[in-house]
Amino acid sequence: MRRPLMRGRFAVGSPLHLLLLSCSFALAAYAGVRLLAGDWFGVALWIVGAALLHDLVLLPLYAAADRAVVRGLGRVRRREWTMYVRVPAALSGLLLLVWFPLISGMVDERYRSATGLPPEVFLPRWLLITAVLFGGSALLLVVRLLRLRRAAKCRPPAVH
Amino acid sequence: MGRAPSRGVPAAYRRLMRDDPRDPRDPRLPTSPGFWRSPLRGPWFTSVLGLVLLAGITVLFVTGLLSYAAYNPDLSTVNDKTPDKGILGFYLFAWPTDPHWLYRLNQGVHVTLGITLIPVLLAKLWSVVPRLFALPPARSLAHALERISLLLLVGGGLFEFVTGVLNVQLDYVFPGSFYPLHFYGAWVFLAAFVAHVLLKAPTALRNLRQLREERNDLVSPRPAEPTVSRRGALWFVGGGSLLLFATTVGQNFGGPLRRTALLAPHGGAEPGSGPNGFQINKTAAYAGIDTAETAGDVWRLVVTGRTGTVRLSRARLAGLPLHSSALPIACVEGWSTEDQWWRGVRLRDLAALVGYEDDPPDVFVESLQRHGAFREAALRANQVADPRSLLALYVNGERLSPDHGYPARIIVPAAPGVLNTKWVARMTFGDL
Repeated sequence: MRRPLMRGRFAVGSPLHLLLLSCSFALAAYAGVRLLAGDWFGVALWIVGAALLHDLVLLPLYAAADRAVVRGLGRVRRREWTMYVRVPAALSGLLLLVWFPLISGMVDERYRSATGLPPEVFLPRWLLITAVLFGGSALLLVVRLLRLRRAAKCRPPAVH
Repeated sequence: MGRAPSRGVPAAYRRLMRDDPRDPRDPRLPTSPGFWRSPLRGPWFTSVLGLVLLAGITVLFVTGLLSYAAYNPDLSTVNDKTPDKGILGFYLFAWPTDPHWLYRLNQGVHVTLGITLIPVLLAKLWSVVPRLFALPPARSLAHALERISLLLLVGGGLFEFVTGVLNVQLDYVFPGSFYPLHFYGAWVFLAAFVAHVLLKAPTALRNLRQLREERNDLVSPRPAEPTVSRRGALWFVGGGSLLLFATTVGQNFGGPLRRTALLAPHGGAEPGSGPNGFQINKTAAYAGIDTAETAGDVWRLVVTGRTGTVRLSRARLAGLPLHSSALPIACVEGWSTEDQWWRGVRLRDLAALVGYEDDPPDVFVESLQRHGAFREAALRANQVADPRSLLALYVNGERLSPDHGYPARIIVPAAPGVLNTKWVARMTFGDL
């Protein structure tokens, strides 16, 4: 593996890349100055924080949860069930992530007074969707297991 | 790659392929390529997601810029939440009134597509996360700059998605006003996005055209046993998008379709029943409307123009020639109503009352509302001249309800919801 850093001379790279990135930075700076014109620290914190929070918190969290599911099912020799847990859990988590302010009730008051709509419907709806997702997944798994059992019964006994 | 080990493979290798935390060769640091075990990662998976985002984000950007133009920010300072935009407003044009569903479609696409793309964005970021930790941090000056640009791409992209998703849920926790944050943030994101596309799209297209996958740094050197195929994983991401789409898109329609938008802010049931029962952006109570000010014997519409000022009671307005038009309410937040049947005085007839008989000019509209970024709004001459543009007094055959702008509200074809000022108190005709 070539390691240009180690040789003391730092490679420049493609001039075309440099030109392209310079144009990109120029535009980003032009807009960025305006973006940061108000609460510059808050905005910078949000942009850098969004990237860090995603890459260093959200992603490791869901990856660890997924690994725990795979390992747990592997330990009880049910690794092939993984998708039946992963899909409903991920879909439900995704809905929670996107609609968290409404589902958690943190904007209850403003939502009710601004739109005239009831905010308390979102949590039960999300729970209901989650129940349907897991229920549907369990149903599919049962159907699959029944089919496998039937197929195993029909198959002639293995020759030793 | 990533197949389960077959019999005959040495036991030590089998142990390595299994997810065994006690394995001494298990690289514990994310900077080691062996840390990343998923057999799904690779150029094909990343390329498919990248090209979907290329198409989707292009549409988001175009609809976003159109929505910005729809406010006519170059017409008046009251419409302009970004007065220091400079050359970023280079493309602005007089927003048309045809077709009357233009803003409804534009904003429905912008918000619904944005929400639908979230799983694709998350999957794309997941697929390339090993590169965040790759060593050496930079192989060349160009590579170092590219990595800084990636911070703007990822941070800027997430910033746009997060501010958008929070704003449609009325969760105004972001540091500043939504309009400048989302607008300037979009340009920062776009700058990094275009550079990224130009640098990566040729490779992505090549990866998809090739039947045999080329290898790259994203392919794990010691993949775990697969639990799902790459195709299955793409269906999984698509399923997430479909679920978000299905529970959101209905807030752009009426009747039973709206009820399918189970988690969208303006999905589910209508706020009321009867002619005034359709969706409300901000209620009279929220806007701080005092019923004493809107009472029949108190409220007067003050219209000013070339020939001076006239003051009209609601009864006198109702005595002027009334016209009807079927127009929707379409909000920047990505929800809209079906066409409602409005009845009221044409804006151009009001202009004629104050001396603009044949040449309707722009108009500056002021509301009674206490709060809200758009309690004052400007409409352009082409919007005033349109025969469907009304100062509405009735909707669907009944008097306007307080929440829909009683005593009188503006309704203009294809205009963003907030420019259809409610509880109108004063209209000043003249070139702005």
